[in-house]
Amino acid sequence: MAPLRKLDPFSRFFMKLYRGVRYEASPHTPLRLPLNRCRVALITTAGFFLDGQKPFEGGDCSYREIPNAIQTQALINGHKSAAYDERGLETDPNLAFPLDRFKELETESKIGSVNHRHFSFMGSITKPDVLITQSAPEVGRILKADGVDVVFLTPV
Amino acid sequence: MCNQSVGLIQRAVEASGISTVSITLIEDITKKVKPPRALSVPYGFGHPLGEPNNPELQHAIIAEALSLLADETSPPILKSSNVNLKINL
Repeated sequence: MAPLRKLDPFSRFFMKLYRGVRYEASPHTPLRLPLNRCRVALITTAGFFLDGQKPFEGGDCSYREIPNAIQTQALINGHKSAAYDERGLETDPNLAFPLDRFKELETESKIGSVNHRHFSFMGSITKPDVLITQSAPEVGRILKADGVDVVFLTPV
Repeated sequence: MCNQSVGLIQRAVEASGISTVSITLIEDITKKVKPPRALSVPYGFGHPLGEPNNPELQHAIIAEALSLLADETSPPILKSSNVNLKINL
């Protein structure tokens, strides 16, 4: 766990004041197949986008589709933040969007397959209503229609 | 905020009938949002899979997270990573 003291003073102050969203229970879809038969998709909130796609804006609840066929170095970091050091992410996008790692798991038959597309969101969303009611369920429906069994998510 | 956003997206995707697992950097937020399965890692912001260009570490974290999918405990499942690779960030 990243202790709050790692944050800069402004972010720390904000995080203390920000009440956030709270739930009492979790949705639950049990895994129905062994992993080596599952189709897997990735979701990141690192704000990655591709050349030709609209860059993210602050508090943006929209998403960008990331084709599985891209090279990870083509990902553009759209989540500039004073709260973290982004050099690692720019050196190796797998740090927050492990596309190459999951392609390796597919090659090794540890997972069934990697889906033909993945999704990227912006992380800094302080008013997540549109995310909760529209964009996140929409991505869920798209991935379900793709036949995806497992989604692996990473923050930044 | 990223950790909250991941949890909210994860809840929606799981509710659409897909099994999900995430990485979290802030346990306190994940305890509030209650995504179904999350692996808490001891790294700083920007480094959810530990270290750039370290496929071995990244694979170890991913494997540990994926193992939560087979955990038959009722969600929310929040586990601390046992990956035994210390790095300095």
